[in-house]
Amino acid sequence: FFQYCLSGHPTLPCNVLKFKSTTIMLDCGLDMTSTLNFLPLPLVQSPRLSNLPGWSLKDGNAFLDKELKECSGHVFVDSVPEFCLPETELIDLSTVDVILISNYHCMMALPYITEHTGFTGTVYATEPTVQIGRLLMEELVNFIERVPKAQSASLWKNKDIQRLLPSPLKDAVEVSTWRRCYTMQEVNSALSKIQLVGYSQKIELFGAVQVTPLSSGYALGSSNWIIQSHYEKVSYVSGSSLLTTHPQPMDQASLKNSDVLVLTGLTQIPTANPDGMVGEFCSNLALTVRNGGNVLVPCYPSGVIYDLLECLYQYIDSAGLSNIPFYFISPVANSSLEFSQIFAEWLCHNKQTKVYLPEPPFPHAELIQTNKLKHYPSLHGDFSSDFRQPCVVFTGHPSLRFGDVVHFMELWGKSSLNTVIFTEPDFSYLEALAPYQPLAMKCIYCPIDTRLNFIQVSKLLKEVQPLHVVCPEQYTQPPPAQSHRMDLMIDCQPPAMSYRRAEVLALPFKRRYEKIEIMPELADSLVPMEIKPGISLATVSAVLHTKDNKHVLQPPPRPIQPAGGKKRKRASDDIPDCKVLKPLLSGSIPVEQFVQALEKHGFSDIKVEDTAKGHIVLLQEAETLIQIEEDSTHIICDNDEMLRVRLRDLVLKFLQKF
Amino acid sequence: IPPSRPGAGQDVGRSCILVSIGGKNVMLDCGMHMGFNDDRRFPDFSYITRNGRLTDFLDCVIISHFHLDHCGALPYFSEMVGYDGPIYMTHPTQAICPILLEDYRKIAVDKKGEANFFTSQMIKDCMKKVVAVHLHQTVQVDDELEIKAYYAGHVLGAAMFQIKVGSESVVYTGDYNMTPDRHLGAAWIDKCRPNLLITESTYATTIRDSKRCRERDFLKKVHEAVERGGKVLIPVFALGRAQELCILLETFWERMNLKAPIYFSTGLTEKANHYYKLFITWTNQKIRKTFVQRNMFEFKHIKAFDRAFADNPGPMVVFATPGMLHAGQSLQIFRKWAGNEKNMVIMPGYCVQGTVGHKILSGQRKLEMEGRQVLEVKMQVEYMSFSAHADAKGIMQLVGQAEPENVLLVHGEAKKMEFLKQKIEQEFRVNCYMPANGETVTLPTSPSIPVGISLGLLKREMAQGLLPDAKKPRLLHGTLIMKDSNFRLVSSEQALKELGLAEHQLRFTCRVHLHDPRKEQETALRVYSHLKSVLKDHCVQHLPDGSVTVESILIQAAAHSEDPGTKVLLVSWTYQDEELGSYLTSLLKKGLPQAAS
Repeated sequence: FFQYCLSGHPTLPCNVLKFKSTTIMLDCGLDMTSTLNFLPLPLVQSPRLSNLPGWSLKDGNAFLDKELKECSGHVFVDSVPEFCLPETELIDLSTVDVILISNYHCMMALPYITEHTGFTGTVYATEPTVQIGRLLMEELVNFIERVPKAQSASLWKNKDIQRLLPSPLKDAVEVSTWRRCYTMQEVNSALSKIQLVGYSQKIELFGAVQVTPLSSGYALGSSNWIIQSHYEKVSYVSGSSLLTTHPQPMDQASLKNSDVLVLTGLTQIPTANPDGMVGEFCSNLALTVRNGGNVLVPCYPSGVIYDLLECLYQYIDSAGLSNIPFYFISPVANSSLEFSQIFAEWLCHNKQTKVYLPEPPFPHAELIQTNKLKHYPSLHGDFSSDFRQPCVVFTGHPSLRFGDVVHFMELWGKSSLNTVIFTEPDFSYLEALAPYQPLAMKCIYCPIDTRLNFIQVSKLLKEVQPLHVVCPEQYTQPPPAQSHRMDLMIDCQPPAMSYRRAEVLALPFKRRYEKIEIMPELADSLVPMEIKPGISLATVSAVLHTKDNKHVLQPPPRPIQPAGGKKRKRASDDIPDCKVLKPLLSGSIPVEQFVQALEKHGFSDIKVEDTAKGHIVLLQEAETLIQIEEDSTHIICDNDEMLRVRLRDLVLKFLQKF
Repeated sequence: IPPSRPGAGQDVGRSCILVSIGGKNVMLDCGMHMGFNDDRRFPDFSYITRNGRLTDFLDCVIISHFHLDHCGALPYFSEMVGYDGPIYMTHPTQAICPILLEDYRKIAVDKKGEANFFTSQMIKDCMKKVVAVHLHQTVQVDDELEIKAYYAGHVLGAAMFQIKVGSESVVYTGDYNMTPDRHLGAAWIDKCRPNLLITESTYATTIRDSKRCRERDFLKKVHEAVERGGKVLIPVFALGRAQELCILLETFWERMNLKAPIYFSTGLTEKANHYYKLFITWTNQKIRKTFVQRNMFEFKHIKAFDRAFADNPGPMVVFATPGMLHAGQSLQIFRKWAGNEKNMVIMPGYCVQGTVGHKILSGQRKLEMEGRQVLEVKMQVEYMSFSAHADAKGIMQLVGQAEPENVLLVHGEAKKMEFLKQKIEQEFRVNCYMPANGETVTLPTSPSIPVGISLGLLKREMAQGLLPDAKKPRLLHGTLIMKDSNFRLVSSEQALKELGLAEHQLRFTCRVHLHDPRKEQETALRVYSHLKSVLKDHCVQHLPDGSVTVESILIQAAAHSEDPGTKVLLVSWTYQDEELGSYLTSLLKKGLPQAAS
């Protein structure tokens, strides 16, 4: 039982579990914070970005000025943005049997793994996870492919050169393994390896292990996973939420009785209250628009945006924003809005009931119908003719490095009337804004992260009582910026076992039992006897069959009678198989009764002597001596098999067999 | 496992099956018979109630899909007879079932004025007892009973259910179809090897011609009727086949650029289509893939029907409910149009006995209507088997998929079932049953018993299994400890230790007299080389102290107290090595070969 940790990012995990005879990858998260080191990809040629000065070393050496550009004191790589992949060297990924996906944010590295490591297994995920995950990948690929960039910088990655660079480039990890985005073809091929599963579906792996997804309450179709055999259970908790938003509530009860609970995907903003943030989002949005400014909301095309639109739906009229256009721009905007309406079974109870009426579960259907919300695949085309200001624009990518958001940052950044509101918690907003400095527009940080906070975690752990907790090292100490907040870490007994990128962790399992089936015919032949009140024993002699990791006990074959017993056989034919096991014996022999039994069976001339530990029974006529002690009996006799067997049977009558 | 059956036997009227498995009682479907207007309409629950309350007797109720012959008696059952336990169905069934029930209630009570029928409130109260299940979700009804739903096609949300207690299981198919149609996918089940498969057998003998042919046929008939200026009535149920035929006509009208109006009766249409839109994940692959670009359930050519339209001149096509012409709008329109031979009625599904639909399909052309009126049917009557049931081939296919030990046929007609029964028994060599209404079938099962085996014992055995001489079946020896319902198989040593018992060692030592004048040490050496040559497969050792061991059996040579020409071999072994020990003594008794030294 080992866990190989391939990602250091606590909310974008990628772990490989060796569990019994299976190798299971848990999630396939892609760390996209690496793109913050790159210059934004503008949709329309941006004179400001293209005129940024090249960066040169302190000694004036400018050999890197083609690759590195400087903007307001920060240095950026001028190249196609690259992502930080999970570790691929720690374990041979072609040996991975299955990949379990917990939510659509945690599958973004899937094409890198399934297409380039020799992986031949199956991926399991829920239908909403796959559909929305596909949308996220499609958007990503689209954002990057529609602005082809000739330059692919690699010089700066040289270890000797990287050392000379300013932070954060200097400290970026594993830059040599950073990769460019995959293609749509790779995405399709990766997704074709996914098998759809439903909550609480029990999936058998090779007869040895059973995996089950459980609702985790964080996103449409998001799941936690139970990985168990008959006697061992691992719960994998990744991206769970106890707040009531749109998804089905979290299933906590099924996590009970775990030997090990792997805990990842907690909130990235433990100090912020999501409800408060939504309120702040609405009021800042209203304020800006009322003053004639535009609002830019960098976001993913699915997830929190549904909740934001629902809040705005209730807020618009009361805030007097009925005439303000809301634009949602993404190559997958339409699909995302449509898909959200068809996953009734994966939604919270309230939304399910609406579908029964039948009404669309999300009110954004009405916003679209009344023309308050309009969606476009990109800012080219219809959008440019419909575009009215002031307005509110939801668009990606939240890293501000690619997507239509880059254009709006350039367009609106110079005016202090406009506001950009950050709601996605995955990227530091200051780093995201760095290549746009100096900036006149207002920046509001309202990160909405509905995942578990530390108070909820400690309550959850008390509730489900796992024997051991395993988590990323970040969760075992307070966040670096708030080192005094001892409440912002996991507190449990025994202390959580922590892991970091590229580490292998031995999981604390004490395996003692395995399941085996006793065939009915064999079961019928067993003779149980009650040893103690409520406890019965039966000795079992059976043939063990093992197939497909399943063990079955069958009745022993009948002894074959040697044909024509009189025939003389060669001595070697008679050599008994010493592996035929005889039962163990237990009990003690009461001497007086034993002597009586001997007499009854025709032995005479019996003498009994007491010894320090027991007795010696002498059968003088037969020249036989029987030593009887508390827990042993020794029969010493002449080589007379008949006699020996008779004595043996008498002794056995007083003993229990096991 | 005895499934007994208050409802569906050899008749397609209604489904209601009671299954007892591993001490649990599960009711499968709760349908009503549409051919009856009296008490016979609902299943007879007195079979159960005479033994006490339904809630105490039944562990759960499962509804396979929203057709009334599968769920129509549900409010009667839960609210009027009285059942408060869980009722399981899929999400779409839960959404649509109350609407159809209400629809049916209105026809029965408001139009026909029937008394003693369930009320709207009862439908609502009944639906509160429903627990929705996902496909493939394992629902733990209680500690022992679990159920799992599989996709069945047939209608939106239709499911097959696996019911499992311990290692015993039953699969109930409800209605299903094994070929995907224009809006639904095909039923699928994994190789779950149930003890019993209960399958519908509506089309037990038909092997239907290809779907394409039937569709072409249908379109041709509709087209011809419209061309000659006739009116076409297609009686349908609001949800299900109607959507498939609408898609079919819609695309045909578009392709052929036809102008004759198509109407869909009742206000349910739009609502019904909306359900299909919201539950699009339950439709077939193609519709699901394209729904973002084009929703197949938004029709351009098909408009809502108004009663007044029936008298409009000129051709038209009308979809009207209900599907068996037993009441409501379809029957009204039928009466209006029946007299004109230019018109046509197409029955796209099965009609139960007693309905007008069934009468005209069986060739009756003079119908006695309410008030002794006689209606003469001159219009063309066509039957198209569009209802999505598995045909004989499909049923065989499903049996092949699930690999059951026994098959039980329900929801079909006796003669046809007999034919299928023989086919199944021939091809799969499994028992096949076809009980009548109220009849009980009992199946013995012999489940194997799962126990926990200590890893030490198992590993010891597995390791020995790898030895080269392990061709003979080897015996595993252990002790089964049974405490409450916890069964564990451990090594005998461990069992003794756990119970705090000491092992009792039984040891034998036999004296074997051997004629040998040589020294004891030499005798021992001779014994050693002799045994070594005989017992090739055993571990024979000569220890430094002069004794010889064979496995754990100890042999020592000693001088005879009286006869110097004789040596005494002391052979000593424990009870566990008895076979070998006793063999060795008899071997040594025969003496040692002389040539050795």
